Amino acid sequence: MAPKDYSPRAAADTAAPVLELRGISKSFPGVKALSDVALELRPGEVTALIGENGAGKSTLVKILTGIYQPDEGEIRVDGEPMRFATATAAADAGVTAIHQETVLFDELSVGENIFLGHAPHTRLGLMDWARMNREATAILDRVGARIDPTIPLRELGIANKHLVAIARALSVEARVVVMDEPTAALSQKEIEELYELVERLKAEGKAILFISHKFDEVFRIADRYTVFRDGEMVGAGRLDETSEDRLVELMVGRSVDQIFPQRHPVLGGEVLKVVGYSHPTEFADINFTLRKGEILGFYGLVGAGRSEFMQALFGVTRPSKGAIRIDGKVAVIRSPTEAIAQGIVYVPEDRGKQGAITALPIFQNVTLPSLDRTSRSGFLRMAEEFRLAREYTQRLDLRAASLDQDVGNLSGGNQQKVVIAKWLATKPKVIILDEPTKGIDVGSKAAVHEFMAELAAEGLSVIMVSSEIPEILGMSDRVIVMREGRMAAEYDRADLTPETLVRAAAGLEEAA
Amino acid sequence: MSLSEGTRPRHVPDRLTSRSQRVLRSWEALLIGVAVLIFIANTQASPYFLNPWNLSDATFNFTEKAMIGFAMALLIISGEIDLSVAGIIALASTAMGYALQFGIGTPGLVAIGLGVGLLCGAFNGVLVTRLGLPSIVVTIGTMSLFRGIAYIVLGDEAYNGYPSSFAYFGQGYVFWVISFELVVFLILALIYGILLHATNFGRRIYVIGNNPTAAVFSGVRVQRIKMTLFLLTGLMSGVAAICLTSRLGSTRPSIAYAWELEIVTMVVLGGVSILGGSGSILGVVIAALVMGMVTFGLGLLNVPGIVMSIFIGALLIGVIALPRLIALLRARRA
Repeated sequence: MAPKDYSPRAAADTAAPVLELRGISKSFPGVKALSDVALELRPGEVTALIGENGAGKSTLVKILTGIYQPDEGEIRVDGEPMRFATATAAADAGVTAIHQETVLFDELSVGENIFLGHAPHTRLGLMDWARMNREATAILDRVGARIDPTIPLRELGIANKHLVAIARALSVEARVVVMDEPTAALSQKEIEELYELVERLKAEGKAILFISHKFDEVFRIADRYTVFRDGEMVGAGRLDETSEDRLVELMVGRSVDQIFPQRHPVLGGEVLKVVGYSHPTEFADINFTLRKGEILGFYGLVGAGRSEFMQALFGVTRPSKGAIRIDGKVAVIRSPTEAIAQGIVYVPEDRGKQGAITALPIFQNVTLPSLDRTSRSGFLRMAEEFRLAREYTQRLDLRAASLDQDVGNLSGGNQQKVVIAKWLATKPKVIILDEPTKGIDVGSKAAVHEFMAELAAEGLSVIMVSSEIPEILGMSDRVIVMREGRMAAEYDRADLTPETLVRAAAGLEEAA
Repeated sequence: MSLSEGTRPRHVPDRLTSRSQRVLRSWEALLIGVAVLIFIANTQASPYFLNPWNLSDATFNFTEKAMIGFAMALLIISGEIDLSVAGIIALASTAMGYALQFGIGTPGLVAIGLGVGLLCGAFNGVLVTRLGLPSIVVTIGTMSLFRGIAYIVLGDEAYNGYPSSFAYFGQGYVFWVISFELVVFLILALIYGILLHATNFGRRIYVIGNNPTAAVFSGVRVQRIKMTLFLLTGLMSGVAAICLTSRLGSTRPSIAYAWELEIVTMVVLGGVSILGGSGSILGVVIAALVMGMVTFGLGLLNVPGIVMSIFIGALLIGVIALPRLIALLRARRA
C-alpha cells in the first residue's frame, strides 16, 4: 500500500481507530470510482470527508454500509479484517449511515421507524408497543428531540426526520455514524441543533464521518479531514493544522481565485423585452429588457416564482397576461417548439427529469432539438448528427467514453454539459439557465461559468436563475430579485453587495 | 501529471462498439436462435412441415396480427398502448358487411374498412392526448365499446357474400406460394422499420418513451406524435380487418376475438419494453415468425388450441426470463 501524506503526528495522539479502510479501490464499467483510498475513524472524533461531486464520497459511503463491495483493499473493525457483504453485515458491525435518502417509512410511527427490524416483542411474539414507545422516548431524549413516538413519521419535518434517523442509529448501538450532507435541507436553527447533537454523539464515544460541502460547518464541528479528488485521497490531517484555502486547493487541484472568469461585457441592442408577464398563481407583472451579450441574473428564495416564470417564457406554461418582443418584434410563444423557433431556449433545473434523456446516447440528446437541420426530408443522417454533437460537446470539454454512451452514465456536471450543448446547437438568441451549476462538481462548475462568459462575449444573451450568491455576483451584469412571484428589485452589478441581495430577497429592503 | 491532463480537451470517439457487434449481442440475435430451434423442432415433429404450401399457410397465422403489431410497437415504445385493436377489427369488419347490404363494391369496402380504423384510432387518440387519460384505461373501454357495437348490429347473424374481387386480399397469391398478405406484411415491415429507425419521427418516439417531460422541454410535439401513432394503429387495424374479413369470407361479431393480447405478446416477445423507450421492428418481425411457426407446428401435431396458448405463454415468459437468468447466474459465479 502506498503511503499517503498523513500528518506524522496523527497516529500518536489518539485512541486506536474503530474502523479502518486500507487500499480500497472500486471500479464501475468505464470509471474508476475509488483508487487506493484509506480512512481511519476514531471513537469520539468527527472526521470530515470533503470532495467535489464525483470525487468518490458516495461510493465510499456505500462501501461502508455494505451496499457496494470493494474490488481491492480491506476493512478493519477494531483491527480485525471484516467483510461488509450486505447492508446487514455493516449494521451488525456497528456502522450506520444517515443521509437525505435514509430509508424511513412515512406511514409507520416514529417508534416503529426507530425500532424497525429489532422491535421488542412480548412473549407471545406480538409487538410490545408499550416498551417500544418507552424506549423510543428515551432514545429521542438522548438526541434532544421532543417527538411523540406514536405519531406517524409523515407528520414530521425534514429536521425531525433526521433526528429520528439518528435515534434509529443509536437504538442499534452504532459505533460508527456516517452523516452524508445532513444539513443540506435544514434551516439555520435546525443546523445548530444538529451540531449540538453531533457533539453529544462525540461525547458518547461514537466515531463520526461527516460529509459536507460547506467549509464553515466542517471547521465548526470536525476534528480531522480527508479530501478526495477524482477517486483518490489527496490529503488528510487535523483541521487545526490547515486552512480553508488549503482544503479548497486540495479539492479543486488549483487555486481558488480562478473560479469566476474575468469578463469585459460589451452590450449590444435589445434582444428580448418582457412586459407585464403574469400568471394566475405563480408570478405577476414581470418587466425587463435583455440586451445582446448580457448576463441577467435572477435571484430569489426557493419558491419565489423564478423557474415558473422562465417556464412560461419558454412556452411550457402560458401566461395569463403580458407580451414579449424579440428583436423589437412582438412575439407569441405558446409552446417550447415555438420558443426554440424564436431563439429562446431553456436549460431546466431538474436535469434528470426535464433536461436529459438519460437512457439515450449523448449524440441523440444533443441533436434532439436540431433534428430538422441534421436530417434530410425527415430521414436521419447519423454522420451529420455525430458532427454536430462533436462540435458542441468539444466546445464544452465534455468528458465521456464515446458520443454513443448513454447520458445516464455521465457525472452530473457532464450531463449538464450535454444539455447545454443540446441548446447551443440550435444557435439561440437567448439562453435561460436555471440553476446551471446545482449539484455539479466544482471543476465542471468553473467550466460552465467560463463557458457562459464566452457565450455572452460572442453575443448570446443569458438569463441565469441562481440561488447561489457568489454565482450571481460573479457572473451577472444585472440582477433581478424576485420575491413571492414579483420583481422585488433590480440592480446593476456595480451597485450590488451580497447583503443587498439577501435583504431584497427576504423583503427587508424597506426597513433599510 | 494528472492536473494538466484535466485541462486539455480530450478526444471523445463517436462509438466504441460497432453496430454489428451490438446486433450479435442483442435480443434479436437471441430470438433468431429461438426461431431456428423451433423450425428444426417442427421439421422433426412433422414430415408435412417443410412442404412449401404448408409453410405458406403458416404465414397466415401471423401476417394480420403483425400488421397491427408494427404500429403497436411504435405506440408501446412511445409509452402508450392500444388494447382496442381487435375491437376495431370487429367494428371495421361489421361496417364493411353492413355496407355490403347496399351493394357497395370492393373499392368502397376497402375505403370503409380503412376509414373506420382511422376513426376508431382518432377516438382513442383524442381521449388520450386531449383529455390526458391513460391509454390503457381508455382502450380497455373502447375495446368493449367497439366490439359491443358490432354485437348490437349483428347479434347472432353473420354477413356473407363478399364479392369475389374482395377475396383477393386474404386469399390471393402474388407469385407461386407468396400470398398477398405476406407481401403486405413484408412491405409494412420495411416501411415501419424505416419509419422507426431512420426518421426524425422514429427518433422522437424513443425520446417520448424514455422521458416525456424532457421531450416537451426539448420542443418535441409529444401529443401530436402520440395522436399520429393512435391513428396509425387504427389504420393498421383497418388493414388487418380487410385482410381477415376477406380471408374468412364473412363477418361475425366475434371476429379476431382476444387478438389484442396476442399482438401485445408478439410485440413484447420482439423485445419492445412494455414500459416504453426501447425495441425494434426487426424484433417484432422475428417474434411474428416464431409465434406463427409455433402455432402452425402445434397445429400439424393436432395439439388443441388451449395447449397452444399455454405454450405461447410459456414461450413469452421463458424468452423474457432467459437473459435475466443468465445475468443472475453470472453474478453468482463472479
